[in-house]
Amino acid sequence: MYTFPNKLRNLSIVFMIVGFLGLTYGFLTSPATIEEAKAMVASSHGDGHGESHETSTESHAEDTTHASSENHQLASQDHGAATHEEGHDASHDEHLFHQLSNKPWAALYVAAFFFFMISLGVLAFYGIQRAAQAGWSPVLFRVMEGITGYLLPGGIIVIVILALSGMHFNHLFIWMDPEVVAHDKLIAGKTGFLNLPFFLVRAVFFLTGWSLYRYFSRKFSLAQDEATDISNHKKNFRISAAFLVFYIVTESIMSWDWIMSIDPHWFSTLFGWYVFASMFVSGITTIALVTIYLKSKGYLEFVNDSHIHDLGKFMFGISVFWTYLWFSQFMLIWYSNIPEEVTYFITRIEDYNLPFFGMVVMNFVFPLLILMNSDYKRINYFIVMAGIVIILGHYMDVFNMIMPSAVGDQWFIGAAEIGGFLFFLGLFIFVVFKELTKAPLLAKGDPYMGESERFHY
Amino acid sequence: MSNKVVHALYDDDDVLLSAVKAIRLDKHHIEEVYTPFPVHGLDKALGLEDTRIAIMAFIYGCIGLCVAVAMMNFIMIEDWPQNIGGKPSFSYLENMPSFVPIMFELTVFFAAHLMVITFYMRSKLWPFKKAENPNPLTTDDKFLIEIELHDNEKVLTALLKKSGAIDVSIIEKPE
Repeated sequence: MYTFPNKLRNLSIVFMIVGFLGLTYGFLTSPATIEEAKAMVASSHGDGHGESHETSTESHAEDTTHASSENHQLASQDHGAATHEEGHDASHDEHLFHQLSNKPWAALYVAAFFFFMISLGVLAFYGIQRAAQAGWSPVLFRVMEGITGYLLPGGIIVIVILALSGMHFNHLFIWMDPEVVAHDKLIAGKTGFLNLPFFLVRAVFFLTGWSLYRYFSRKFSLAQDEATDISNHKKNFRISAAFLVFYIVTESIMSWDWIMSIDPHWFSTLFGWYVFASMFVSGITTIALVTIYLKSKGYLEFVNDSHIHDLGKFMFGISVFWTYLWFSQFMLIWYSNIPEEVTYFITRIEDYNLPFFGMVVMNFVFPLLILMNSDYKRINYFIVMAGIVIILGHYMDVFNMIMPSAVGDQWFIGAAEIGGFLFFLGLFIFVVFKELTKAPLLAKGDPYMGESERFHY
Repeated sequence: MSNKVVHALYDDDDVLLSAVKAIRLDKHHIEEVYTPFPVHGLDKALGLEDTRIAIMAFIYGCIGLCVAVAMMNFIMIEDWPQNIGGKPSFSYLENMPSFVPIMFELTVFFAAHLMVITFYMRSKLWPFKKAENPNPLTTDDKFLIEIELHDNEKVLTALLKKSGAIDVSIIEKPE
């Protein structure tokens, strides 16, 4: 049996505390009123962040002086026009205020979703190994089951955040605001699907389905350890095949609900696959990292280089698969250049240039070059290095999916973002390693265990 | 130098693998093994060097990528600038996303075809070449080990028989 080392437990608690402080700081410094929001943007503009910011301040300043001089002239003649100008300005300020007050919420949501997504990706990988009756991977089953232990707590946190959005604690999902829907024909046409009760019912239904599979699969897996026949293994095979069908449909709808609907005007038909690729590669990478960590501490003596090699191949392959989907989505929209579609990428390229293209380097170019060589995939050092970059890269991927619609060009990787990442990292480590201590690290009853232990390349 | 060789015939790949290990343990030099299908682990049992074709594949892929870039740049930008879908011509970089599929395909095309050609050249294979295969049974379901003889007929024959060979024959090779 594995015992949770105190050092790691303390580290995870430190992560949680530091992360919590960062998040608290983020929430406390978010503007409480429209005036504060205006003041914050004005002071940050003064710093001159970069070219795009500077030009925007210039044009902004020109606009305001122009508008105010015009206002003066108009004010003497026509009061109506002036109030119209003011009204327009005020709605812009309110928009800015919403963006800034969304910022800590979005930071919280990105990190919460990212770590939840890792455990869901691992659950899919685990389901595939079970349904395919894979011979190489049973030595890793307990590691995977440990990681999926985070599914339920992580999922509950995500759903609580969604419910809080529904209660208007933030404006992450603008379609939840009846005021917005009333003035927006496109969203109004989607209310049959995008309405709060149905949205939350779906979320709870998905999480229940995934958790039920996880619960029963774990139960059968533990029962198989002591069993004399393979009936538990067979049951696990059957529910895994059923789960995979359920999963690919619900995962797709989940990605529209929880991510794509932040941008309710925009849609992409391969979005579900895109999110799937992201969670799958992050999940596999996490399996590799946890396995290498446990092995370095003297556990998992039955895991050999070839298992790590296979995980490395998956990391490499699914990274390329992710890029394929990323590019497919980008190229078709870029090529057809339809305004309501292409705006998605214009905001990302103009306001999020570094994170948007930086993530492609982290998720594609780096793993491609590092993991291409067959020998490197057997060296733990390379897997860990590539793995950390892939994990951070897919955090950036989720960041790029959520932030542009939630906070616009007001993004910054600051206390709230880093705090959110650390908080959920700490929680993830705590829950996962706690789960690992609950069962022997070798699923010794699995009929394929012999094959898996002898597995070599 | 003797030009006599011994041919040992096997009918099972597992037996063949253990025979190869036993023969190498006795310090005999195995000239060649003929099999009807690739036998997993045989290269390691024979102590063959690792293949370097992966490195060549990478280089060929890079060549393919360069050819694709040069080709698309010449065809679509320099020689006859084309305006498709209102995208800016005269600039390779701004049109780059639409060339990515071609860049990818030519990378794969060059890597695959040049790898096959390299493999044929390294294996000394070319069209209309007469087969070197000493026994047509190895194209069906039998495995054959060829070992050069150095006045050790008896020892070797006994060893091969013991290792599970279904037939052991001494062949005089025409030079």
